[in-house]
Amino acid sequence: MEYYYFYLSKLRTIFHTTMRMFYHLGRYAIFLKKVFGKPEKHSVFIKQIVREIDKLGIDSLGIVMIISAFMGAVITLQTAYNIDLPIIPKYTVGLAARDSILLEFSSTIVGLILAGKVGSNIASEIGTMRVTEQIDALEIMGINPAGYLILPKVVAFVFIIPALTVISMGVGITGGYLAGSLTGEVPGPDYIYGIQFAFQPFYIVYALIKSVVFAFIIATISAYWGYHVQGGALEVGKASTKAVVASSVQILLFNLILTQLLLA
Amino acid sequence: MIEAIDIHKSFDDKEVLKGISTKFEKGKTNLIIGQSGSGKTVLLKSLVGLHDITSGDIRYDDNSFLSMDNASKKRLRQDIGMLFQGSALFDSLTVEENVRFPLDMFTNWSLEKKRERANFCINRVKLENANHKFPSEISGGMQKRVAIARAIALNPKYLFCDEPNSGLDPRTSIVIDELIHEITKEFDMTTIVNTHDMNSVMGIGENIIFIYEGRKLWEGTKDDIFHVQNKELEDFIFASKLFKKIRENNG
Ligand SMILES: Nc1ncnc2c1ncn2[C@@H]1O[C@H](COP(=O)(O)OP(=O)(O)OP(=O)(O)O)[C@@H](O)[C@H]1O
Ligand SMILES: [Mg+2]
Repeated sequence: MEYYYFYLSKLRTIFHTTMRMFYHLGRYAIFLKKVFGKPEKHSVFIKQIVREIDKLGIDSLGIVMIISAFMGAVITLQTAYNIDLPIIPKYTVGLAARDSILLEFSSTIVGLILAGKVGSNIASEIGTMRVTEQIDALEIMGINPAGYLILPKVVAFVFIIPALTVISMGVGITGGYLAGSLTGEVPGPDYIYGIQFAFQPFYIVYALIKSVVFAFIIATISAYWGYHVQGGALEVGKASTKAVVASSVQILLFNLILTQLLLA
Repeated sequence: MIEAIDIHKSFDDKEVLKGISTKFEKGKTNLIIGQSGSGKTVLLKSLVGLHDITSGDIRYDDNSFLSMDNASKKRLRQDIGMLFQGSALFDSLTVEENVRFPLDMFTNWSLEKKRERANFCINRVKLENANHKFPSEISGGMQKRVAIARAIALNPKYLFCDEPNSGLDPRTSIVIDELIHEITKEFDMTTIVNTHDMNSVMGIGENIIFIYEGRKLWEGTKDDIFHVQNKELEDFIFASKLFKKIRENNG
């Protein structure tokens, strides 16, 4: 009998969680429809996109470059230390570092980092505008606030992220080269030979496709949480956390799906 | 004129507005008074369509708001100016850009003409040397003025103000109240003001409705508000010691 109640309560929790998931999915779909409504005025729209590219893209350049350089270096050294067998040629390290960076690091890991930076930025900005009634003020003027505020962010971020990804690849591989040659673990020429060996250009396309999807996920999910804040500053903070967690989880999920679709 | 016809509004299963009918007249400052939590903001936001009402109707000069299509709603919105409880200025824009914002969005005027109109509105609310400041750099009273200037930029027919003097000192409150009153007369607007400030009631209350727990309990002018025999309204008015004293002195 006790077991019966135990499982019943578990079932109820599962049921509620599932219902909440559908609730958010439905509301997210309605939200997207609003975001992709017709923009108010094209001249204003273009101006906003330029501003957002600066704010979301250029401002993220620093962190992307620093992290890429260090990760490229660490990946290279770890690979070098791990394949210590003399029969395995040194250039394999370059090859392995290249593939890790192209396949996973510059798209997925950079995506997760940007979910933290850009996601919390978007969620708190939109959330603050919600609780200070700036969104109501737009609505009362007859402007579609979701479209006006969020579409430029989505477009700008999706547009700029391929550039960030390519930069991250370049910096990461360079970081690996420097680490390898400065420590003497992987001589420069070996590394260069390695990164050219059996190179698959499709890996870059694959990473870019992933990054574009991740940018869409980060921008829309974070904006969704910001847009639906109710309350005050405390709730804006919570929404910002939820935005980061939710977009990170979705990035991991879509990473799996896209890998299966594109590489299998 | 704006007419509310038996407005009900519930959030989930909580009924906040329980059937409110009234008329807000043109060229007058219409006041909605009531305690905190009585439903003033919800009523105001329902009137302008920021909340979808559960039942009832709202008529703007005899046009039913609920049966309007989206295009007419959008046109109507441009005739509405609104002042929010916390000013709701766009904090990434300067004062002048805030006031110019509706013009940027809804006119095809040249920049020069838009700036001229923005400056006219900024001068009208008696703001000086603030054009290029950001909202975070000016005082609460100045923010209210900017919000008024923004609200009147497109020459609206209807002006809604949610507690225009919350967070202001008594003198600044009076200045803002009077500004709203003057503008209402000058541009012959239908103005609706939410307040729980008895000073505003005595200052600019031409047509007053009293809301209590989502119901309209009384409607009248500032001249008859002291003669009403209604417990809830008396509790509201004489919550202030000052007004209590005045009553005692008058016998
Ligand atoms: N979005 C909402 N969801 C649920 N309940 C709400 C919502 N907005 C307002 N309420 C409830 O409606 C009631 C009336 O709130 P309202 O903001 O209209 O009060 P008010 O008269 O404007 O008070 P104040 O003078 O403090 O501004 C409150 O009990 C509030 O909790
Ligand atoms: Mg209120």
